[in-house]
Amino acid sequence: MPIHDQGYRRFKGTRARHGAAWLVIAGTAIRSMLRKRKFAALLLLAWAPFLVRAIQVYATTNWPQLASFAPTAATFRDFLEQQNAFVFFVTIYAGAGLIANDRRANALQIYLSRPLTRLEYVAGKAAVLIAFLLLVTWLPGLLLLAVQIVLAGSFEFAARNLFLFPAITVFSFLQVSVATLAMLALSSLSKSSRFVAVMYAGIILFTFTLQQMFWLMTRSSVTSLISPTASLNQVGDVIFRTPPRYDVSWLWSLATVCLVLVVSALVLQRRVRGVEVVT
Amino acid sequence: MDGARTLRSDLSIPVVELEHVGVAYGRQWALRDVTARFSPGAVGLLGPNGAGKSTMIKSLLGFVKPSQGTLRVLGMNVAERPLEIRARIGYMPENDAHIPGMNAVSFVAYCAELSGLERDDAMQRAHEVLYYVGLGEARYRNVETYSTGMKQRIKLAQALVHDPDLLFLDEPTNGMDPKGRDEMLELIRDLAQEKGMNLILSSHLLPDVEFTCDRVVVIDKGQVAAEGPIVDLKGPRGRVYELRVKGDSERLAAVLRERGLDCHAMTDEDLMRVFVPETATAQLLFQIAAQERIQVRHLRPSVPTLEDVFAKAVGEG
Repeated sequence: MPIHDQGYRRFKGTRARHGAAWLVIAGTAIRSMLRKRKFAALLLLAWAPFLVRAIQVYATTNWPQLASFAPTAATFRDFLEQQNAFVFFVTIYAGAGLIANDRRANALQIYLSRPLTRLEYVAGKAAVLIAFLLLVTWLPGLLLLAVQIVLAGSFEFAARNLFLFPAITVFSFLQVSVATLAMLALSSLSKSSRFVAVMYAGIILFTFTLQQMFWLMTRSSVTSLISPTASLNQVGDVIFRTPPRYDVSWLWSLATVCLVLVVSALVLQRRVRGVEVVT
Repeated sequence: MDGARTLRSDLSIPVVELEHVGVAYGRQWALRDVTARFSPGAVGLLGPNGAGKSTMIKSLLGFVKPSQGTLRVLGMNVAERPLEIRARIGYMPENDAHIPGMNAVSFVAYCAELSGLERDDAMQRAHEVLYYVGLGEARYRNVETYSTGMKQRIKLAQALVHDPDLLFLDEPTNGMDPKGRDEMLELIRDLAQEKGMNLILSSHLLPDVEFTCDRVVVIDKGQVAAEGPIVDLKGPRGRVYELRVKGDSERLAAVLRERGLDCHAMTDEDLMRVFVPETATAQLLFQIAAQERIQVRHLRPSVPTLEDVFAKAVGEG
């Protein structure tokens, strides 16, 4: 008898409304990533700078002779810039295979034959990266601010720097959005997560190195527009009300960042399909 | 659910309808002005490779936007209500497809969750469906370690897990060994005949369609070449004879075709099948062979098969 069990029966339970599938995609992928020890270790390591900064805050609030090391608004800016390295590694580790692996396994047609839109699929995948990246940027940034307030025992610092909460939030979300969309776009271009990782690292490092080289040769700040990282840093300086590091207008830097977002969205719109049409 | 049962009981209401549908890839038309209706039950979508079968299914799923025409699935317009349609259909793709890094039960449960089932229900259904398709013992193995036959079964399981009202099966026996193929066809027939599932089976393998389906839509070069109940299509519009001759069989076949008789070769090179219209008898075959000085070695009345219908519809010689 070839059929092992004739017990197929109709499903009489309830079904969720459309629009929640992205949560299933994100939840499943996040749980799967957290089961990987190396990735969990990377996430823990990403909190090391937070610990160092927290100790700095503790020391300066308890020993007045260390007042010169007391945190300022720029401290939070520097902290988020330091976290760039972890954003880079977490993006590569968690993001490279997000769409590339689905393309390799022809999973897109499985996803898109279900009641979910392409936008929901991308949102589910993006939510994975956004969650992990906010965990290493926005959350420690805000916690650091909270630690400062608690250990100082007053709201004086917070009151003087009221812009810090929105600044940390806006910059973290901008940083995370650029990394997420760029990585997802690259991931949708290939079936190999390794190739995507190399491509992403190559683009980030190559454009940054190229920008540094041109800057050394020409001393022109316009070269910062070559690198999305440099442009993001320039925008970050403006958000945190610190002097911009390049002479070029921050609006041009913001335009570069927006261009990366738009191009990434267009790539995703073109590549995330249930069927690959070759004409 | 109720809608599907109504559809199943009322054969006049099609589960899928295409009206003047045209799909083009660049300048190449994959479907040209196709108008077809798929009745409830098991319907075969037949056609040679490249005929447009997969394109039709992908259009019905909303993967490919038609350049013209209207597609309706379970009474709903594909362009207007794609999500509601996809919640009620199951799709078994032609190519190997799975979610990477998952074992079978997680994969199938995940698919159920994507279709809107609660996590507990999804897990329960996944176990049940995996047993049903014969993967119960292997359900904790990573899908990537499965054999081709097992991968076909898991694709069927993920298509079934949310209990769809209509199943699209795209070449479900691709790459399977004879035993696995028979088992898959048994499963499909069980679904259609015992479990009351509506399904559209796309295949270029005539025996698969003949074994599992009651009706068929034959498509060729992007157009519908024939459609209807298999019994009717095979019906008595003449007689079919198996003919083996000594001499130039190709010349005889050409002459028979010139005389208006449909004639196509069997897999056995010497043997051909000839349609003789109701107005004539087997005597006509002897006469033509004699005129051509070709000796008839074997002439036997035969039962029309779907292969004959197919060959006639797509004009194979």
